[in-house]
Amino acid sequence: MLGGFLGATLVRLAPGFSVDEEELDNRLNQGSIKALRQARASQESLSSFYVHYLDRLVHGDLGTSRTLQQPVTRLLADRFPETLKSVGLGLALGWALGLGLAIASALSRSWFIDLFSSVSAGVLLCMPAAVLAILFVIARAPGRLILGLIVFPKIFRYARNLLVRNAAMPHVLTARAKGAGSFRTLIWHILPVAAPQLLALAGVSVSLVFAAAIPVEALCDLPGIGQLAWKAALGRDLELLVNLTMIVTAVTLLANSAADLLGSPLRMGES
Amino acid sequence: MRQRLGRLAVLLPLILIATAIAQSTSQLRLCLRSEPKTFNPVLMADDASETVRYLTGGVLMRLNRLTQQLEPELATSWKVSDGGKSITFTLRSGLHFSDGTVFSAEDVAYTMQQLMDPALHSPTGDSFRSGEGKVVTRVMGKNHITVTFPAPVVGLDKLFDQVAVMSASSPQKEMAVLGPYYVAENKAGSYLILKRNPNYWKHDAAGRSLPYIDSVRLDIQQNRDTEMFRLVRGEIDLINSLDAEYFDKLAAQAPNMAYDAGVSLDSEQMWFNQVATSPLPAYKKVWFTSTNFRRAISESINRDDLVRVVFRGHARSAISWVSPANKFWFNAKLQPHSFDQKSALQRLAQDGFRMDDGALHDRDGHLVEFSVITNAGNKYRERMAAMIQQDLVGIGIRLNIVTLDFPSLIERITRSFDYEACLLGLVNNDLDPNSQMNVWLSSAENHQWNPSQKAPATAWEGEIDNLMHVQASTLDLKKRKAAVDRVQEIVWRQEPFIYLVNKNAMSAVSTALHNAHPVVLRPQAYWNIDQLSLGSEVAKNR
Amino acid sequence: MKWARVGAIVFLIAISVVCLLADFVAPSTYARQFRDAPDAAPSRQHLLGTDDLGRDRFSRLLYGTRVSLLLAPAAALLSCLLAAVIGGTAGFVGGWLERFVMGATDLFLSLPWLFLLITVRAMLPLNIAPFPSVIITFALLGCLGWAASARVICADTRSIKDSGFILLARASGSGGFRLLWRHIVPNLRPVLFAQFWISIPVFILTEANLGILGLGVAEPLPSWGSLLRELESFSTSFDQPWRFAALALFMVVVSCFHLALQKQELPA
Repeated sequence: MLGGFLGATLVRLAPGFSVDEEELDNRLNQGSIKALRQARASQESLSSFYVHYLDRLVHGDLGTSRTLQQPVTRLLADRFPETLKSVGLGLALGWALGLGLAIASALSRSWFIDLFSSVSAGVLLCMPAAVLAILFVIARAPGRLILGLIVFPKIFRYARNLLVRNAAMPHVLTARAKGAGSFRTLIWHILPVAAPQLLALAGVSVSLVFAAAIPVEALCDLPGIGQLAWKAALGRDLELLVNLTMIVTAVTLLANSAADLLGSPLRMGES
Repeated sequence: MRQRLGRLAVLLPLILIATAIAQSTSQLRLCLRSEPKTFNPVLMADDASETVRYLTGGVLMRLNRLTQQLEPELATSWKVSDGGKSITFTLRSGLHFSDGTVFSAEDVAYTMQQLMDPALHSPTGDSFRSGEGKVVTRVMGKNHITVTFPAPVVGLDKLFDQVAVMSASSPQKEMAVLGPYYVAENKAGSYLILKRNPNYWKHDAAGRSLPYIDSVRLDIQQNRDTEMFRLVRGEIDLINSLDAEYFDKLAAQAPNMAYDAGVSLDSEQMWFNQVATSPLPAYKKVWFTSTNFRRAISESINRDDLVRVVFRGHARSAISWVSPANKFWFNAKLQPHSFDQKSALQRLAQDGFRMDDGALHDRDGHLVEFSVITNAGNKYRERMAAMIQQDLVGIGIRLNIVTLDFPSLIERITRSFDYEACLLGLVNNDLDPNSQMNVWLSSAENHQWNPSQKAPATAWEGEIDNLMHVQASTLDLKKRKAAVDRVQEIVWRQEPFIYLVNKNAMSAVSTALHNAHPVVLRPQAYWNIDQLSLGSEVAKNR
Repeated sequence: MKWARVGAIVFLIAISVVCLLADFVAPSTYARQFRDAPDAAPSRQHLLGTDDLGRDRFSRLLYGTRVSLLLAPAAALLSCLLAAVIGGTAGFVGGWLERFVMGATDLFLSLPWLFLLITVRAMLPLNIAPFPSVIITFALLGCLGWAASARVICADTRSIKDSGFILLARASGSGGFRLLWRHIVPNLRPVLFAQFWISIPVFILTEANLGILGLGVAEPLPSWGSLLRELESFSTSFDQPWRFAALALFMVVVSCFHLALQKQELPA
């Protein structure tokens, strides 16, 4: 709720809220332009908007999108599954690549693997989403995978550093000295120590992927809530933006809370 | 062995039939830049919705985009009378909407009532509004109707090209249509599929039902790069409006797919804020309201370079508010302002400006520096602004370019008036200059440089007001032409808008698509949608 | 790998020096338009060709690198400091403060900060010079970019706080700020340097994307962001490899940052 209210405040205070692109249509006469402006002016008061919004929310009505002229409920129902697919795929690919290469980097003694992984992550980190999008179009690959490539470098970098640090800890050295193999060392001695931070990273990666979904969906014309958020932002569509902010806030809170919950037994195990 | 042959004998014809069916179902594929906001033809204001209206809506008369002549459609004939206040239609009989509902004069009456409903504020309806009072429709039989307006409407008949007739009685409401296609499928944010209207009334000379193409798929695709790739790969069949750099790329790769129909009705222009109550410093208001200043800026801009560098030759230097593409209404006596910085400095000197160490100062010693706002993301405008910035260095003026997102820009030019100069374009779909009344009347909201004036701020704006009223109140083309010519001359002289370029109308059409004749008027590439054909279908160049 | 690290440091220094001396090294100013040769291929006169307005791409790359190489790491440093202070303090103190701060962080991550950037741009005077406006943009990005890593830093701090050597330090009499500064922060280096390294390209790409909304660098001042925006119309660029010079330099510089900082990423 607070996220939605703060989001609505930011939108309302931003310039361009009270205007409509249609006002520049030369066919419209003064009366019509006046009517357009009055329709926008009726949304002037933020507090009254929020009160009405909460009232409608209680009855299951999320309002109507001004830019798309459709009920917000329908828009979200149509598009949220698309974004969930993209986000799910993005997270899976990002973590598979990121954590996989981080483990390889941390455990192997090969400078080549470390250099290759770091350079790949660096290249992808620097690649504009627009270029990635068009490369995917050329390769006829699904645009959703771009999210995985955007998130992978961040996951790789954090995970690699955490694992490298933990691999240098005394208890790991002791385990190796006692003859534990790489896999056993990783599973029993390195990962458990890094788990709370990795879980925190997992929670954060959910909000990173959602944030990345906005430009990716807009560029690849994927009909998800990211594309919806972009259109809503450009059109100052308060109804849509408040609901989208609430969804993103809820997802972020859920993901991070889940990460905290899963991480706490591991922390208690440490102490 | 016999069993296998038997199965093959059964399967083979089935396969052949299926292939034939697949081959006989043709689909035209193109992209929309955004999702249509509405399917109600009365309320349509965005490009995507108007595309759907063009493809699905049946109109009483259609402006042939190639010949620019009005042709009968649902109306077999019409007569404008009463000095342009009334129009009487004779309608075709025996027609049905896509859902089978019978078409009659009642539907035309219903459409006009919806269109002119003051509560709906239809942009198309506002084009018909010439005075206070109600619009009266009189149905005289199943196929005759007279529509009477409270005041004469210039170009009345041509305006009906934009009016898609709706059914008064169909349960499908606005989804029941009379055009070549109807909306069969709409996947939100992704695509629309239009299927051939089984009740479409048109036939070709050989008696075959039109349209030739069975369906149209409209993909929602904002990314123009992707759109280009898809065209080249054969995934779509046309791009209705192509940018200059993509045109050149395509022309190099596939010259018979790229079409440049010549200069369009659209223009790009810059103007200065002349609103007296704007929050600008007083000395800047003095600059911007000076004709000499505006003319000097205009003469300092190298339009030929803008055409050559920004639009790669696919544009023309603009002269005034009517494009040269509008052959009848364009004032051919006017020439583009020449690029002459010496003359510009002389004009500025008349107003007391002087050069001091390479920088221009006004008579009070203020450094001449101002900003121009334009909408971010439009790379052609950003490039034009960058070139103008360099041009103005030549006369010692520092120009700051500020790109803003569109809502922020609109707020500045319509509400707060907190801007100095603005660079924007005008998309013009109408040949008749009366469509720009709401720009040229000093009391109008879209009189961008100084909107909603209670009384004309200058004598020349007063003269423009009078001339625009003259052209709106007579059907005499000669009188109208004289008035519009004079307005163009005043605008050329006073430069409230500094017209920069008129862009060319460019499209891309796949070689698999036959009978396409891209033109200047929108929709450039598929204006004759019911006569387009794909692949080996019938009717090349009827 | 030592040779790679040394090479990276040398390259970064060389690039920085060349860019600082752009006024002397660049064959022309970044704004000059050679209008007779727009979109030209590389030649003796224009080493990397010209852009769509005929501006020398090599000169614009030098000046653009100067802007981005200065401002992006500064913004990244700012976001790292904020993340360290906020996440570190929350993780160190724990309890209700940690819960409150992390909740606020989650809220911060979800808000549409785009509107704050649009509002700030609207508040700036229209005639502000390009360089101050880009400084403000990067400063804002720095102030807004801390939230994601604050969570990871908080989790890391919590973990380190409960480890054996911290217990030993406490037993030796260390506490409060000293404990945080002398014993915990050095062990946060891996995460902080990861954050720093990631932030630089993220901020540059964000600045490029913000250009679509008018929030990037104003003309004619170039930056990596504005040079990367040239690649938006990829279909017209891919057969002109010299257009990718900015992207290539960007990737090399970011990789060099990684190699140069690799040693610093190891824990104390």
